[in-house]
Amino acid sequence: MTETVVAAAGSGWLRIIIGLIVVLLFSQLNALFLVWLERKVAGHIQLRPGPMEVGPHGILQTIADGIKLVGKELITPRSADRILFVIAPVLVFMPVLVAFLVLPFDQHLIIRDMNVGLLLIFAFSTFSVLAILLGGWASNNKYALLGAIRSVAQNVAYEIPLLLSVMSVVLMTHSFRFSEIVAAQHRFWFIFLQPVAGLIFFIAATAETNRAPFDIPEAESELIAGFHTEYSGMRFGLFFLAEYTNMFIVSAVAASLFFGGWQGPFGFSLGLPGLVWFLIKVYILLFVLMWFRWTFPRVRFDQLMNFSWKVMIPLSLANLLVTAVVVKLI
Amino acid sequence: MSAWFGIEGVAHLAFWVVVGITLGGAGLAVFPRNILHNVVGLILALSGVAGIYLFLGSMFIALMQLLIYVGAICIAIIFAIMLSRPLHLEVPVRRLPKVVGGVGAALVFFLGLLGVIVKTCWQAAPERGTDWSIKTIGDLLLTRYDLAFEVISLVLLVAIIGAIVTAGFSRRLSS
Repeated sequence: MTETVVAAAGSGWLRIIIGLIVVLLFSQLNALFLVWLERKVAGHIQLRPGPMEVGPHGILQTIADGIKLVGKELITPRSADRILFVIAPVLVFMPVLVAFLVLPFDQHLIIRDMNVGLLLIFAFSTFSVLAILLGGWASNNKYALLGAIRSVAQNVAYEIPLLLSVMSVVLMTHSFRFSEIVAAQHRFWFIFLQPVAGLIFFIAATAETNRAPFDIPEAESELIAGFHTEYSGMRFGLFFLAEYTNMFIVSAVAASLFFGGWQGPFGFSLGLPGLVWFLIKVYILLFVLMWFRWTFPRVRFDQLMNFSWKVMIPLSLANLLVTAVVVKLI
Repeated sequence: MSAWFGIEGVAHLAFWVVVGITLGGAGLAVFPRNILHNVVGLILALSGVAGIYLFLGSMFIALMQLLIYVGAICIAIIFAIMLSRPLHLEVPVRRLPKVVGGVGAALVFFLGLLGVIVKTCWQAAPERGTDWSIKTIGDLLLTRYDLAFEVISLVLLVAIIGAIVTAGFSRRLSS
């Protein structure tokens, strides 16, 4: 029996555990860095330096904030639905961890290169919407509930163009497997062959991660803080962490689907390893997401809905149709 | 005893956990009086079913189950609940005829399913195809499973028309 345990540990288990630890560490560090980056970007866009005091250029500021969050009291409102209130922030983080299973950091740096990898990410991303919804409802607070309802309406509306734009890439590669999709972009990135799908994906992904200009679920000026109004301490921290990790995942998927993943432009790797190319692309896309947030004003709710149902969905359907015809003809 | 250790044991355990989640979720979906708890139960049950598909070796169907049933249908249900009457109001008592009707309908459906299960000639997993490429799935969907595919779209069409009629009717009443 001990042999079987040792064998199991040697083959699969050890790898899973190490992978899990690396993913957890990376997602925390990445979120800390992104929060700092967002403050810096916001600051510089508004002609101020942003955090400067803690560490060089304020790099340790978010660590101090994180320690503060961990130390804060967890408050549960008296009339809240206790079980759901506690489950929601945990649930919001689960899909984030699952997505890391299939993200192609490099040609050989994929934890599991599944043949349905792309579907896995989208299937599990619905759980974060669910968590937002449950958290907002369980808080028993009208602002939280309004934020949750807005979040669902927005996610239902933008999931459709998101998936349709992804489908046009899948049509071209005949695969849901990340490694094959990236390998198919050896010479030309799909952003050149599928510019419309790329644009739709990026806009819809911005909406799916509840980022400005689509941040109406947490519109501060109308809803206090939206769905997480009643959350404090590390429960709030988990929502925050999940949002920034989701940004990373969305950018990573965009980089793999449209910007050639671990490959350099037009087949030139310029001597850089794949991991470096991948991270460069992801962080450039993340910077663009932040740039959006501090440049565009928040859209109104009816504008948001009209834009998705009347512009994005017809456009992505037309794009899918054209792609299908072209793929068939070639 | 040895079957309960190592990878196989974990798989056994995971199977029963998944079955437990499915049945527990189904119970939660039916019995509590708070309709949002019912939906959470439904989500648990459907996720459990996805887990069972995973055990049957079809990752694709499992993910589709999550994507469509949990991601689209349950969220649409919650959305509908949030747009309907306030949850803090007193819930009406369960009436016996309604319960009997519900149990009867479920029983008829269960017997139908049981008939199908008994009549089907089941194949062991290794004998079935393991080809999960998009081309195969697309081919099968438009050849062998074409009828099911079309019938489902018919059901959706009926649902859409029903939604329009219901919404239009209540709107005409209020105006």
